[in-house]
Amino acid sequence: MSVTLKINGETRTLDADPESPLLWALRDELGMTGTKFGCGIAACGACTVHWDGVAIRSCQTLVGDLDGAEITTIEGINTKAAEAVQTAWNELDVPQCGYCQSGQIMAATALLAETPKPTDEDIDAAMDGNVCRCATYARIRKAIHLASDKMEG
Amino acid sequence: MLHLLQKPLEAAQPSRRSFLKISAGTIGGLVLAMNLPRAAQAAAGDGELVQPFVHIRPDNTVIVLSKHLDKGQGTATGLATLVADELDASREQVSAEFAPSNPQVYANTLFGVQGTGGSTAMANSFMQYRQAGAAAKAMIVAAAAKDWDVPAGEISVSNGVVSHASGKSATLGELAGLAAAEDVPAEPVLKTPDQWVYIGKSFPRVDVKNKTVGAPNTYTMDFQLDGLLIATVARAPRFGGKVKSFDATEAKKIPGVVNVLQIPNGVAVVAKSTWPAIKGRELLEIEWDDSAAETRSSDVMMAELKDMTTKPGLKVREDGDIDAALEASARVIEEDFDFPFLAHGAMEPLDVAISFDGENAELWLGSQIQTIDHNVAATVLGIPFEKVKINTLWAGGSFGRRAQADAHPVVEATTLAKAMRADGMDAAPVKIVWTREDDMAGGYYRPMSAHKVKVGLDENNNVTAFKYTIAAKSIIKGTPFEQMLMKDGVDHNMTEGAHDTTYAFPMMNMDQAFQETQVPVLWWRSVGHTHTAYVMETMIDRLAKEAGKDPVAYRLEMLKDDPRKVAVLKLAAEKAGWDTPPADGRYRGVAVHKSFGSYVAEIVEISFRDDDTVKVEKVIAAVDCGTPINPDNIIAQVEGGIGYGLGAILRNQVTLTDGVVEETNFDTYEPIRMSDMPEIEVHIVASNEAPTGIGEPGTPPIGPAVANAIAAAKGNWVTSLPLAKNGLV
Repeated sequence: MSVTLKINGETRTLDADPESPLLWALRDELGMTGTKFGCGIAACGACTVHWDGVAIRSCQTLVGDLDGAEITTIEGINTKAAEAVQTAWNELDVPQCGYCQSGQIMAATALLAETPKPTDEDIDAAMDGNVCRCATYARIRKAIHLASDKMEG
Repeated sequence: MLHLLQKPLEAAQPSRRSFLKISAGTIGGLVLAMNLPRAAQAAAGDGELVQPFVHIRPDNTVIVLSKHLDKGQGTATGLATLVADELDASREQVSAEFAPSNPQVYANTLFGVQGTGGSTAMANSFMQYRQAGAAAKAMIVAAAAKDWDVPAGEISVSNGVVSHASGKSATLGELAGLAAAEDVPAEPVLKTPDQWVYIGKSFPRVDVKNKTVGAPNTYTMDFQLDGLLIATVARAPRFGGKVKSFDATEAKKIPGVVNVLQIPNGVAVVAKSTWPAIKGRELLEIEWDDSAAETRSSDVMMAELKDMTTKPGLKVREDGDIDAALEASARVIEEDFDFPFLAHGAMEPLDVAISFDGENAELWLGSQIQTIDHNVAATVLGIPFEKVKINTLWAGGSFGRRAQADAHPVVEATTLAKAMRADGMDAAPVKIVWTREDDMAGGYYRPMSAHKVKVGLDENNNVTAFKYTIAAKSIIKGTPFEQMLMKDGVDHNMTEGAHDTTYAFPMMNMDQAFQETQVPVLWWRSVGHTHTAYVMETMIDRLAKEAGKDPVAYRLEMLKDDPRKVAVLKLAAEKAGWDTPPADGRYRGVAVHKSFGSYVAEIVEISFRDDDTVKVEKVIAAVDCGTPINPDNIIAQVEGGIGYGLGAILRNQVTLTDGVVEETNFDTYEPIRMSDMPEIEVHIVASNEAPTGIGEPGTPPIGPAVANAIAAAKGNWVTSLPLAKNGLV
């Protein structure tokens, strides 16, 4: 079965098992490995991408459901929020091992697009699905607030 | 982690085991004498200065070669900081790459082999990498002096620019080629601490850019190569189980599956990509032989451990006749503790890629002990050491998991590569990918353990005797590390942080007992301290209460001979406002512990939610890790170490039912999340002592500090972890 969708603004046709997760289509078929495999059951958020701007878990999103969808991955984010988030992440040296950070950045970007001035409670709610085993959470929280300030400025 | 810091001399001697056999380890500056021959430098490219630890390229980039794996702990940045400071390079021109596997050049000077662990990276490299930077700078200056015909002493280097009062100036890159022709100074002059420009100040992480854009080929999981096949392995559901028979008919029908092969530890499904490898494996029908497997449940194993603590064990420390001293005491407090198996749960599951053509092999992995991985690969493949190339990639976490004595992922990859060749497959590279379930149910856990403590008190509630017995499976016994790390049959990793306590007990005896089980165990961020700190620091709190004393004041009294521990405790207490009571509904707990040469005190503030579960609100930490190299990274590691330890004590455990692991993913082994994370403040003690570890020392105090805060509220201490078992989470 072939599925036609937009990935990072480009029209792509995937010739893949409709039951296969978007995660593996991105990583193995398209060679876009910025989106990470962490758990395979939507419990860690390492595979977070945007579907029409909404943060979703690509490990539980089936290719067969994506005809006509617009998907954005870490390789393709270029919004004002994304730029602010990536800059803040660099300024605060957020990553340690870094493996979860693509997903963290995708989740944070989606949060800021929706809620430009998030409270700590907003951050808890939006980010609780994204696990960081290095526990960089304190810096992620600071970086989201910093990115929010940058978007304003 | 590797705990060789305690015994550098023994550790520096190569093991008699064949796969650890290497030439004598190189210590410190000796490596500088082993600089590459001129011919090799010329071959490396015109205009480049190529030294073992630093390359300076004509494009003015400075590449620091990290002999250590960076799995998030910031070591690559730390090593870059040392070289950049002595070299006077600019921040912007410095980056880091992983050094090749070569125990002669890149040994951890505390291990004698190339490897990372025990929070030793900066401790063993501090002089070596500074010398490398200073030597390169001396060569650059000597070259400039000749080129400009001015005295070397009049040349200065600052922020990557070499200059002379005459107005002549050049970049490091412009002089690199000329510098390559200079002699390597045997004893380069190092800066004095007042001359440091980066050490103790700041140096941004060298890996952040790649890690915020999803850069390719950063991690093994993302490693790509033409024709790379992906394999999953069906491993025995019970530890020690073996394949009796299997049927791959249905698995082979999955499009993309190219082969199914039995290897010693299971059945491998080899596919063109990951999804068919995962799906194909689900369709395998395997009959397992569990005759030699561990088939007990973890509660049965715990009952055995608890029973072991009631009997005399191996003597770890024996100050005197402890039973007589307890007998003579006015009263005795007795407490039992138990700790579960813990999985490391690094974000990147295990993985390793290999290319083997029958004569040469190349491997790509987050190699934490390169010398073991390298030797094991050569041994299994039956080819010389020199025919194996180990490429170290950034690791998505480890927390000890990638530092195995048996290099089992490499054994699996090399046996698969051999099996593929034997089955007539072309020499295709293959990557074994572990799913989260494979990683979490795959063993190599922090050992479960039982602890029994008896403390004698006199009429005034002063301690008269402290008797402590631990039972667990030894991480060291039966591994190649045994002869390096065990003395007289005693595993000091199991009791570290307790047998060496500096609390002034008049008498302390400590025993240990080893459980035998097929469940593989391994060091988990801070090793023995993960359980001993909890026991010691909750017992001390209890003893303070018995004595009617404040927990901080009691510790200070009992730690008179440990000034550095006293200093971090006082600093944390001051910053936390210990002398003023917490706000209504808030409770404080304190713990202080030394591990890996570093001292950390943590004071937590907790509250209780409406359902009486614990919320950790705030942690104030004070740390003394000797000379601070990169203060921001010290803060980051303590923040992370606290979070890692907190997640485990809140709700993590791995349990077995009839030998089969119950918690196989993040739904049942629920990691710490954003909303669990307390506010953390880290204060660093100024110090001129030699730098010590920071990857692990933040972890041990958090558990007991939280338990002590709970006791401050409820009056009793949790003795069976995790807290979730006690209705507190």
